[in-house]
Amino acid sequence: MTPAISVSALTKRYGEIEAVRGIDFEVSTGETFGFLGPNGAGKSTTIKILCTLADPTSGTARVAGHDVVKERDTVRRNIGLVFQDTTLDNYLTGEQNLRFHADLYGVPKAAFGPRLRQVLEMVGLWDRRGGVVSTYSGGMQRRLEIARGLLHAPRVLFLDEPTVGLDPQTRASIWEYINELKSREDITIFLTTHYMDEAENCDRIAIIDHGVIVAIDTPEALKASVGRDRVQISTADDSAAIRELAEVFGLEAALHEGLVTFSVESGEHFVPKLFGALPVAIKSVSVSRPSLDDVFMSYTGKTIRDAEASIGDRNRRIATRFGRR
Amino acid sequence: MATKDITVPEAGERNLTELIRVAVPERSIRADLRAVSIVWRRELIRFRTDRLRAITSLVQPVLFLFVLGTGLSRLASRGLPAGVDFRTFIYPGVLAMSVLFTAIFSAASIVWDREFGFLREMLVAPVRRWAIVVGKCLGGATVATFQGLIFLALAGVAHVPYDPVLLLTLVAELLLLSFTLTAFGVMMAARIKQIQAFMALTQLFVLPLFFLSGALYPLNGLPAWLTVLTRVDPITYVVDPMRQAVFAHLPFGQVLNRLSPGITWFGWQVPLGLSLGIVAAMGLAMLGIAIAEFRKTE
Repeated sequence: MTPAISVSALTKRYGEIEAVRGIDFEVSTGETFGFLGPNGAGKSTTIKILCTLADPTSGTARVAGHDVVKERDTVRRNIGLVFQDTTLDNYLTGEQNLRFHADLYGVPKAAFGPRLRQVLEMVGLWDRRGGVVSTYSGGMQRRLEIARGLLHAPRVLFLDEPTVGLDPQTRASIWEYINELKSREDITIFLTTHYMDEAENCDRIAIIDHGVIVAIDTPEALKASVGRDRVQISTADDSAAIRELAEVFGLEAALHEGLVTFSVESGEHFVPKLFGALPVAIKSVSVSRPSLDDVFMSYTGKTIRDAEASIGDRNRRIATRFGRR
Repeated sequence: MATKDITVPEAGERNLTELIRVAVPERSIRADLRAVSIVWRRELIRFRTDRLRAITSLVQPVLFLFVLGTGLSRLASRGLPAGVDFRTFIYPGVLAMSVLFTAIFSAASIVWDREFGFLREMLVAPVRRWAIVVGKCLGGATVATFQGLIFLALAGVAHVPYDPVLLLTLVAELLLLSFTLTAFGVMMAARIKQIQAFMALTQLFVLPLFFLSGALYPLNGLPAWLTVLTRVDPITYVVDPMRQAVFAHLPFGQVLNRLSPGITWFGWQVPLGLSLGIVAAMGLAMLGIAIAEFRKTE
């Protein structure tokens, strides 16, 4: 069986910046595959190439068995897209937006009515189909976009940051719809996210950082590969604490998100020892089981929020450099 | 054509677990025409729901005809044969103006669509780019012609008779003008990404195009520089045929020949067909450029 997506030696360069630096992966049919990484890691560039919106600099990518450059239109017919930013017509009703899509994608007229009902009921918008989109909430608009992406029964559905900018409750409900969709439709889902907790919903994830894939596996396997608990403490003197941790326990600790952070085999047994041995006053302690955050940290040496902060810095530096010219 | 594999559930039965299969057909001219049609219909739906735009677009031509027209008629009547209303003279030109704004502004919706992301929904679809551009131009032309029809209803106030042949001629000419103007707007919208820039640029074009078209004065006996400029303005080639059509249906048409001498190039009378042909050719050329521009984008 041909994989839903297969990518080999893919690169994309924008002038001096190499956004994607030679990635290879395969997604099998029916899988939910997540691309996890900080903003600017190359997720969006990769998804753009897979959706035929950007040409790769080198390497190949095939979606639903077709080359994204040579068979662009065939690929387009077989994919559904939900972008990061909304692409709805706010002046039309939900149903009119979907009818527009059906006509553009050539959905057979006889199939439109029942399919419309099916996708709208799936995202809970059937009763609101006659409402103008500008009256919808952010979550409803996103759900309508997911329904639209599914309308022409694509073989692969691309979701670029499907929950970005939504409140936690709405994010959770969007994920309910996506999980329901997996059980109902015969479809492969490729998504990007920088929310660690959301990546847990995927069958497999690839961690991408600075344009390369650093790890690729199931969330469970990735977490098992880290194995250690994460301890975060806040102290009266963080740099002294880091020094003492190294001297007394031989632990490599670092400051992440304002907390002294380190990994140990068994957190709950370690903490009592910590209070006895550390000369610095401890204000708070938290112990957590390995999460995808730790996976990300162990493969890239930083938390995803650190990574985003540093990308912010880099962008600012680029901006000032161009500004001075 | 690909196979159509449609499973339609029984009426009344909502079997959600059963997937409705939809096979998106291979690309064909029929699929492209369907795309043209839906892009065109979207413009109509939006025009219908946006009554405010229809009303505000009417304000300017009404001001020109009734306020400027009435005010100036006291001065202008000396140059007109007795019994001829100045408003009758400017009516065809102001009618052209009534579609000018609507046509160009309906092209502005492309810039809006780009800003709000909807353009992307259209550009990633498996249809040819020309289908989207043509649909947009036809949509803009239709909407603008509707706008013209509202103003056409006021013909009687300017002493222009409601003659069916005259009305049909004017509608056809309005349609041609609207199409060309929308194509012009779409061509610009392909390049201009900000709505403010687009609006500023159209403002820059619209009034000069209107004033140079001979909408408010006869085309003969003008200073050389103005003669040249009026002949360069494409709107001239629609306003003049429209005025000739109106005057042909007035009782004192002969007297008015002096006021509607037709367009001349260095003394050569430009035939009516050529006049309208120029406008059509320009519209098609700009449509072609617009399609080429949209093929390049992404």
